[in-house]
Amino acid sequence: MSDFFLIRYGPEILQRMGEHLLLVGVAIAIAIGVGIPLGVLITRQTALCQPILAIANILQTVPSLAMFGLLIPLVGIGPVPAIIALTLYSFLPIIRNTYTGITGVDAAVRQAGEGMGMTDWQLLVQVEFPLALSVILAGVRVATVIAVGIATIAAAIGAGGLGVFIFRGIAVVNNDLILAGAVPAAAIALLADYGIGWLESRFAVKR
Amino acid sequence: MPLWGKGMGQGQDRAIAVEFQAVGLQLGGQTLLSDLNFQILAGECLVLLGRSGSGKTTTMKLINRLLTPTQGTVRVEGKSTLDWALMQLRRHMGYAIQETGLFPHFTIAQNVGIVPRLQGWKPLQVKARVHELLHLVGLDPAQFGDRYPHQLSGGQRQRVGVARALGADPPILLMDEPFGALDPVTRLELQQEFRRLQRDLGKTVIFVTHDIQEAFLLASRIGLMQTGKLVFLGTPAAFAQCPEPEAQQFLQTLTAVPTV
Repeated sequence: MSDFFLIRYGPEILQRMGEHLLLVGVAIAIAIGVGIPLGVLITRQTALCQPILAIANILQTVPSLAMFGLLIPLVGIGPVPAIIALTLYSFLPIIRNTYTGITGVDAAVRQAGEGMGMTDWQLLVQVEFPLALSVILAGVRVATVIAVGIATIAAAIGAGGLGVFIFRGIAVVNNDLILAGAVPAAAIALLADYGIGWLESRFAVKR
Repeated sequence: MPLWGKGMGQGQDRAIAVEFQAVGLQLGGQTLLSDLNFQILAGECLVLLGRSGSGKTTTMKLINRLLTPTQGTVRVEGKSTLDWALMQLRRHMGYAIQETGLFPHFTIAQNVGIVPRLQGWKPLQVKARVHELLHLVGLDPAQFGDRYPHQLSGGQRQRVGVARALGADPPILLMDEPFGALDPVTRLELQQEFRRLQRDLGKTVIFVTHDIQEAFLLASRIGLMQTGKLVFLGTPAAFAQCPEPEAQQFLQTLTAVPTV
């Protein structure tokens, strides 16, 4: 029983999970902090909508290993470039869902608010944002699940995380090691998916 | 200043609540409205009647400056809408639209209390006002206050829409087909109640509809709009005699009840 990989590597798995969660958590927090305001901005400054979504789109298409590699000359190795890369990947789903969530608010509701004398800020904070929240959270959920997966590759630039097991397993051709990284990573992704999905349904507004 | 909301005066000396002076509107190279010249007197119910796309809703949006005219001036209580502080102008008039535009994430009480809250009333004042308004539109505050719009029937939602428009006791009400989505029986019920309410409260009402029956029921005057112009303005009785082809078209929609 003590041969079972999850138990044999237990303590290190916990340590790597901690690193993994830290990478993803910090990256998603930054992506939310920057992405949601940007998503709101492009609903107000429509001229910026196309360029900002295009940039986020392009960032999304850069292969992850290349992204990590490209960041090394700029910020070196370790957790910092990993967090930057994960943040950049998370922008698209968060910005896009913020934008579609807010522009998807019923025109009659928006116009009623405007006609009753709400300022743009009041309309955003009291009406548009609460009504768009479940769509925005769906974006956060997608971004988080993607980031959990991509973060395994961050081990290649010395950022730690569950990818350490995977790369080591590949190097020494040991499936148990690969699974010791992959299974916890999958579990984190599933939990995040479920947890944020639950939040989403809590904030969904019946109409 | 005139005494807003003091019921229907009989004389011709009633104050002018809203005035359109040579108003036109172009948007994107298209002429949406032209040559609008008319006055709406305090306490009257002016019904803007017309087909879809005739410009009646657009005309209404000029009053609370959701749109601004490209020619001429719209005056509210003597002052050009451009000289009003925008939010003050809008909170000075109640606004109800088709499908009500109720906020789905607000309770009924929160919806009705929006404008008083925006005006900075104290929570207790807002609560009392909401209570009063829900009674006024025939909804029991204890029963409905904490519900959400999706838990109400269409007719109940429209009542909430009217209550919300009356929120901070505005002298002017803008109603854009507020009863348009209701079944005919509920619609008549609400129209009759709304007429009673309007007369009791003495509000100035601008009411947009494409339903001539509704116009006859509610209007002190009917303004008929066609392709962005006002082609007739007068009492319902005068409208019934109006030779204008567009008016005749509308009159023809009043189908007779079949006799046995």
